[in-house]
Amino acid sequence: MKKSPREVMESSRMLGRRGLMLGGVQLGIAMALGLRLRTMQLEHADEYRMLSDGNSIKIRLLPPARGLIHDRTGAVIAGNEQNYRVTLTREEAGGDVEAVLRHLSRLIPINDARMAELLDEFSRRSAITPIVLADRLSWEQFSSIAVNAPALPGVTPESGLSRVYPRSHDLAHVLGYVGPVSDYDLSKIENPDPVLMLPEFQLGKVGVEAKMETELRGTAGERRVEVNSAGREMRELSRKEGQQGATVQLTIDAGLQNYAAQRMGTESAAAVVLDVQTGEVLCSCSTPSFDPNKFVRGISGPDYRSLMEHNHRPLADKTVQGVYPPGSTFKLVTLMAGLEAGVINGGSSFYCPGYVEVGGRRFHCWRRGGHGQMDAIQSLEQSCDVYYYELAQRVGIDRIAEMARKLGIGVRHDLPMSAIAQGIAPDRAWKRERYDQEWQIGDSLNASIGQGFVLASPMQLAVMTARVASGRLISPRLVRAIDGVPQLSEEFPDLGFDPRNLQQVRAGMDAVMNSARGTARSSRIIAEEWRMAGKTGTSQVRNITAAERARGVVSNEQLPWERRDHALFVCFAPYEQPRFAVSVVVEHGGGGSTVAAPIARDILLYALAGGLPPLDSVPEAQRAEMEARHKMMKLYTPEPPKSGRSSQA
Amino acid sequence: MAYLDYQVAQTPAGWRKILYLNWPLVFLLSAVACYGFVMLYSVAGGDTDIWAKPQMYRYVVGLVAMIALAFVPMWFWRGVSVFGYVLCLLLLIAVELIGDIGMGAQRWIDIGPVQLQPSELMKVALVLVLAAYYDWLDVKKTSHPLWVLVPVILILTPTGLVLMQPDLGTSIMLITGGAIVMFAAGVSLWYFAAVILLAVALVTTVLESRDTEWQLLKDYQYRRIDTFLDPSVDPLGAGYNITQAQIALGSGGWSGRGFMQGTQSRLNFLPEKHTDFIFTVLAEEFGFVGAGSLLVLYTLIIGFCLFSALGNRDRFGSLLTIGIGGTFFVYFAINMGMVMGMLPVVGSPLPLVSYGGTAMMILMLGFGMVQSAHVHKPR
Repeated sequence: MKKSPREVMESSRMLGRRGLMLGGVQLGIAMALGLRLRTMQLEHADEYRMLSDGNSIKIRLLPPARGLIHDRTGAVIAGNEQNYRVTLTREEAGGDVEAVLRHLSRLIPINDARMAELLDEFSRRSAITPIVLADRLSWEQFSSIAVNAPALPGVTPESGLSRVYPRSHDLAHVLGYVGPVSDYDLSKIENPDPVLMLPEFQLGKVGVEAKMETELRGTAGERRVEVNSAGREMRELSRKEGQQGATVQLTIDAGLQNYAAQRMGTESAAAVVLDVQTGEVLCSCSTPSFDPNKFVRGISGPDYRSLMEHNHRPLADKTVQGVYPPGSTFKLVTLMAGLEAGVINGGSSFYCPGYVEVGGRRFHCWRRGGHGQMDAIQSLEQSCDVYYYELAQRVGIDRIAEMARKLGIGVRHDLPMSAIAQGIAPDRAWKRERYDQEWQIGDSLNASIGQGFVLASPMQLAVMTARVASGRLISPRLVRAIDGVPQLSEEFPDLGFDPRNLQQVRAGMDAVMNSARGTARSSRIIAEEWRMAGKTGTSQVRNITAAERARGVVSNEQLPWERRDHALFVCFAPYEQPRFAVSVVVEHGGGGSTVAAPIARDILLYALAGGLPPLDSVPEAQRAEMEARHKMMKLYTPEPPKSGRSSQA
Repeated sequence: MAYLDYQVAQTPAGWRKILYLNWPLVFLLSAVACYGFVMLYSVAGGDTDIWAKPQMYRYVVGLVAMIALAFVPMWFWRGVSVFGYVLCLLLLIAVELIGDIGMGAQRWIDIGPVQLQPSELMKVALVLVLAAYYDWLDVKKTSHPLWVLVPVILILTPTGLVLMQPDLGTSIMLITGGAIVMFAAGVSLWYFAAVILLAVALVTTVLESRDTEWQLLKDYQYRRIDTFLDPSVDPLGAGYNITQAQIALGSGGWSGRGFMQGTQSRLNFLPEKHTDFIFTVLAEEFGFVGAGSLLVLYTLIIGFCLFSALGNRDRFGSLLTIGIGGTFFVYFAINMGMVMGMLPVVGSPLPLVSYGGTAMMILMLGFGMVQSAHVHKPR
C-alpha cells in the first residue's frame, strides 16, 4: 500500500500535534511532581524532620551513682559496689532462648524452677527487652560469661552500681536501706523523677536513705541513642554522665556505734549518745539489729518473717520509735519543774514514810520502809518516790508537762530518721482530749515518777539529759555536712532556767553516781576528769495488784520476759564541763541501776576516751569483768578514706 | 512505509551508525543510572557488593545491548513486532500456568538460569506492535471504531492476563503505554474522553464490589487503596510504609541529611528501600537538590525522546519512540507519585535507579529501539 506524500505530510503533522500535546501533559505532570517535592521538602521539612528524629532518637537515662554516707570521721558507712549481672535479649538470642539458657547454666547455676520462671518471663516480655538472668555474680562467673559471649547469643554481661552497707547491722536503723521502687512509692511522689522508672533503680525506703533521698539520689545522666524501627539501639549519639548524689556526713561515730551494739549484746535495748554542746548524735543504737544489705539484694521470705516475728523487734529503731515510761529518770523533770515554779528550793524537804495516801489511795515508795526526811539532792540520789508525790501535788501536772516539753519529752525532734515517736508529756488538756476524762490527782502522782501516761523515747531522754547538763535548748542533729558544707546549726539558745536550780538537779545526778547512798554508785567513773552524773530508772510495764503486793512483790526473774520491768539510765560527763549525754533503755531488762547503768557508763567512757574504755577509770572490782568483755568484742575502728569522693566502697 | 521507502543510501551504515546515536540520551540514561549506583551503595550501608556492583554490571550489559540494538535496522523491528507480541502473550499465559509464586503473585517464569518476567517484556512488545499497527493502518481509518477496536484488544488482552497475576502496577502501565501510542497516532479525542468516563465508572464499580461475592481486586489491593486515601488511619499497619516514606522524603529538606546519613533508611524505618522506595532514600540523604535534579534528568530523557520522535518522518519509528518514552514516563511518574503520597502504593520501581535486573534490561531494550529509530530515521 503506497501512501501519497500528502497523506504522509498530514499524518506527520497530526503526530507532531499530538506529540506536543503529550509532551505538554507529561511536562505538566512532571511539574506537579516537582511542586509536590518542593512542598514536602522545603515548606514542611521541619515537621518531617521532627517526625524523623522522633522516630529514631530516643533518650535513655543513665542512673546516677548514689551519694555516699560517711560517719563523722569520714569513714564510708553507705557506699556503692560494682554489681555484675547478665541480661538476655530474646531478639538477639536467635529464637531459641532455652538453648542459650541451658548453655549458660553450665557457667552459672540456674535451677529448673528459675529456668521455668525465666522462660515464662521471656514469653511475656517484648523481644527487645533485656531481662536480668542473674544478679550479683562473682568476678569469676562474670568473666567466664564474657569470655564465652560468642557462644551465648543475646547474653550481655553488664555491670552497675548497687548499694552496700559495710557496717551491716551496726547502722541499719540509722541508715535504713534502699530497695526497688514500688508503685506505692511512686503514688506518694508528685511529679516523680523519670529515673525512678528505670527497672533496676533503687530508692531509700527507711532511715537516712529515705529521709535524705533528695540529696543522695543525684541527677540522672542522659544518653541519646539512635534506635531502629524495631526499637533496638544502633549507636550512641551523645552521652551526658549523671551527677552523683551528695556525700552526706553524719554525726554518728561508727566506732562508738559498733561498741554500743556489742556492749548491749543480745538485749532488746537502745542507746543514744549526744554531744551536749552541739546536739550531734554520736550514737543511736538499737539492738537486736538486721543486715540492711539483705534488703538491698531482696530479702528472702523466711528471713523477713523471722525478723518480723522476733519478739525483740529487730526492725524497729527503738531509739526514736520506741517509747517507754521513763520511770525515775523523769524525776529530773519533776524536780526541775518544782524548783523553777518556786514551790521548793534547795533546802526544802519532805518526809518519806514509805507511802502517801491521796484521794483514798495509797501510793508506795519503792522502799517500803521509807526514806525519812529528804531534800532535793537526796531525793534524786536515793530516787525517793514519796518526795515526788508530795512535789507533784504542789506543782501540778500542767507545770510538770510544760517542763517535760521544755526538756524535750513529748516533742518531736526533727531528725532524718523514720517513724519518730513523739512520746507523751501528759497534762489535763491532753487527757480530756485523749480519754474525755478529767485529770485525777493520782495521775499526777504516777506521772511525777515517770509512770502512768508518760512516755519517752531514748532519744528524748538523751535530749533531756543534754539540756539539763548544758542549760541550753539542745536539739539532736544527725547530719554533719552535705558535700562538705557543714550543716550544724549555730549556738543553741539558753533555756532560761535559774542556774542555781539547774545546779541542784546536776548535783543530785552527781550524788546518784558518786555519793555513798547513790543508786548507781557501782557504775561510777573513778577517773576524776570524767566524773559522771546520772539517773537510774526502772519502769513497770504492769500494774501491781493489791493481792500481789500483799504476797510480796514478785522479782523480775520469776516473770516472763515481756512482763519484766524496763531498765533505764541517763547520764552525762564530765560533771564540771559536760561533753556527752547518754541514755540507755533495756527493754524488760530489770533494774536501771544494775542493767542499764553499767552499759551507759561504758558507752560514755568509750565516747570520752575516743576508744576502748580505760580499765583504770572504773572501780577496781569491775576491771576483770570489763577486760574479759573487751577481749570478747571484735571492735571496729573507722578508717577514713584517703581521697575524697569515690563511687566504690 | 515499505522497505524500499527507506532511503537506504541516506541512512548511515556500518560503524558510522555510532556517530548518529542520540548521544545526549545515552548520557542522560547513564547519569540516572549513576544516581542508582550511589543510592544502592548507600542503602547497603556502604557496601558495593550487595546491590551496587550487580546493578553496574547490568547497566553496562544493558548499555552495550542498547547500542547493539541501535545498529539493527528499523524495518527489522517492524517485521518482528507481531511475532514478539504473540510470543510475549504466550509467555504471559505460560506464567499463568506454570509461573512460580513470588510475593503473592505469579510474575516469574524460569528459563534456565534466568528468571523471565513476561509482563515487563510486554511493555515494550505492546508499544512495538501498536506502532507497527498504526504505521500499517491507513491514516484516515485511525478513528474508525472497528480499527480502534483492534489496538484496544491488543492492549486489553495482556492487561487482563497481567491483572490475573495480579499486578496492578504493570496493568496500569500497559494501558497508559498503549493509550499514549494511540493518542500520538491520532485517535479521536472523543474515544479518550469516553474511556476516562468509563474508567471512573469502573473504579466506582471496583470499590463498590468490595466485600461482595464478585469482589474484583484482592484484599491487599483494597487495603492499599485505603492506605492511599488516608495513610494516617493506620500509621503502624498498612499505612506504615507510606507514612515512613513521606517522613523520610520530607525530612530531607533542601540539601538532605548527607550521604549515608539518612536515619529513616539507615534504621530500617523505610520498606523496600533498595527497590520501590529508593527515591525516598535519595530525597532524605540529598534533599530537594538530589531528588529535584533526578526529576529534571527524567524529564530531559522524555524531552529528548519526544524531540527525536518529532524530528522523525518515519511514522513507525516516531510512534515507537513516543511509546517507549511514554512508558518510561509512566514508570517514574507512578513511582514518584506513589512515594510522595499522590498515588496509591502499586509496587512499581523507579526506572534505572531501583535494584532489579529485568526492569533495567527491558528499559535498555526499549531505548535500544529508540536509538535505532533515531539512527535510521529518514534524512
